Amino acid sequence: MVQPLRDHGAAPARAGRPVYEIAGLSKTYARNQLVALEGVELTLRQGEFVSVVGSSGCGKSTLLKIMAGLIPPTTGRVVLEGQPVLGPRADIGMMFQQATLLPWKTTLENVVLPIGIRQGRAAAAAARARAKALLDLVGLKDFADVYPGELSGGMAQRASICRMLVTEPAVLLLDEPFSALDELTRDFMNMELQRICAETRATAFLVTHSLAEAVILSDRILVMRARPGRVIEEVVIDLPRPRTLEMINTAEFGRYVGHIRDLLGQEAAQ
Amino acid sequence: MTDAVQTTVWVEREALIDRIPRWAAMLGLFLAFVLIWDLVTRAGWVSPIILPTPRETLDDLIFVGQNLLSGDYMLAALWTTTRTAAYAFLISAAIGFSLGVLVGETKFGERAVLPYLVAIDTMPKIAFAPLFIAWLGFGIESKVALAAFIATFPIVVATAAGLSASSENERMLFRTMGAGRMQTLFQLKLPNGLPYIFTGLKIATVGVMAGVITGEFLGGGKGMGALIRQSASQMNTPRVFALILYLSLLGLGLYFLVAWAQRRLVFWNRSGLTGPGAG
Ligand SMILES: Nc1ncnc2c1ncn2[C@@H]1O[C@H](COP(=O)(O)OP(=O)(O)O)[C@@H](O)[C@H]1O
Ligand SMILES: [Mg+2]
Repeated sequence: MVQPLRDHGAAPARAGRPVYEIAGLSKTYARNQLVALEGVELTLRQGEFVSVVGSSGCGKSTLLKIMAGLIPPTTGRVVLEGQPVLGPRADIGMMFQQATLLPWKTTLENVVLPIGIRQGRAAAAAARARAKALLDLVGLKDFADVYPGELSGGMAQRASICRMLVTEPAVLLLDEPFSALDELTRDFMNMELQRICAETRATAFLVTHSLAEAVILSDRILVMRARPGRVIEEVVIDLPRPRTLEMINTAEFGRYVGHIRDLLGQEAAQ
Repeated sequence: MTDAVQTTVWVEREALIDRIPRWAAMLGLFLAFVLIWDLVTRAGWVSPIILPTPRETLDDLIFVGQNLLSGDYMLAALWTTTRTAAYAFLISAAIGFSLGVLVGETKFGERAVLPYLVAIDTMPKIAFAPLFIAWLGFGIESKVALAAFIATFPIVVATAAGLSASSENERMLFRTMGAGRMQTLFQLKLPNGLPYIFTGLKIATVGVMAGVITGEFLGGGKGMGALIRQSASQMNTPRVFALILYLSLLGLGLYFLVAWAQRRLVFWNRSGLTGPGAG
């Protein structure tokens, strides 16, 4: 099924109110005086999907960790929903390359873990119904009471998506979430992610080193360059939604990927 | 296309000795051992006081077994030793675990406590036996103390190692969830550390048995160690052998109790870490 390439008007997401605002952000690691980030400006709007691409070591994970409240910035403003980010918060959902499910808890227990940690046992028990609905959303309904040892890599990552969503965070931070999966599973998971973000109207920020993945999922792509880590260009992806895997074969898609590759290639050539 | 395809037969050859079934191999080895033992003693190469014949040993095994079953003085001795070992194990588990958490969880423990523990651990701990006897007397207290003293260190080390076994990703996950120190300890680090802790407990069972028997050798009392020493001083070597065999059942029992608890508790990690020299 081929989708029409042009939708009516601009992507609706860009009209949303600002959710996450970053200004003048820099990060220098004290340990080795390494300038990991410099002068990063970023605004995520409600319902928007933004990706960041760049060569490895250009500061993508550093940016994400600062946004998640895991490490402090050296300078700059980091504000989520009007509140400065001073540490990990319940309205921030995060996902890593590894699913990291606890093997002694069932899939369902893993999904309600963030609720249990923040609000206690009773709240976790009360959240089970919501967790089940989430597992249903990602097609893991029948695996709720199974231990993670019995899940495949893709299933484990889907469970970790549910764990991220169960607290209903205002923003989703994804650090190369599917890069440990095989390519077919990865394509499938990307389409799942798009669908889940649409259904939950989530605001998402994705770190990836796959240009195709970034283009197929994003409304905007930040292209980063290393030493010091900074955003050199913002590419708006004006493809209609919902995106499909067939779009990868279109000329427009190819132009986006080619453009970003050129931007990154200049760096590699230096 | 329709030609008959010949199956490629591929047989893996195993050495003859590896094809003997386990039960036969174990039985064969045992019989060979007894046979050589029998030959050595029958030929008179060694004095019967040093090494009794298999026959004499078997007779004594039966005698001691009957004595145990009839609830006679040997059962009382075995019970004394069992209680001593059980107390020592529980005490070493409690102290070893607590010190392990202190060392593994706090900088203070790692910086200040660990060096002293390492220093004490390198001492020959059996040498402390006379001190414990002097402090605690000839009852089971001195034996419990010596055995617990010997068995505590492997539990400390294993617990501390277990607490640091959680991955960077797991720690980061708990931080993003806003988990406090205690939550991270109890809901992440301890469960992840359980296989290590059980390995430490298994090593501790060996130390406990060594400590209890040494204590009973040196400090008298009413346990199996005292019986063994008594029989040895009477040159009753078959009795010594028989008592050691029954005593080893106690050590095995303690070991398998720990292994059983591990299977129940660490159900998600069956094939993972195992104890010293056994599953
Ligand atoms: N904790 C740290 N201490 C010092 N340097 C670090 C630390 N973490 C990352 N770096 C350095 O900062 C730079 C950016 O790292 P990172 O954000 O992980 O890059 P990316 O995710 O884009 O591959 C790299 O050069 C890396 O070596
Ligand atoms: Mg990274």
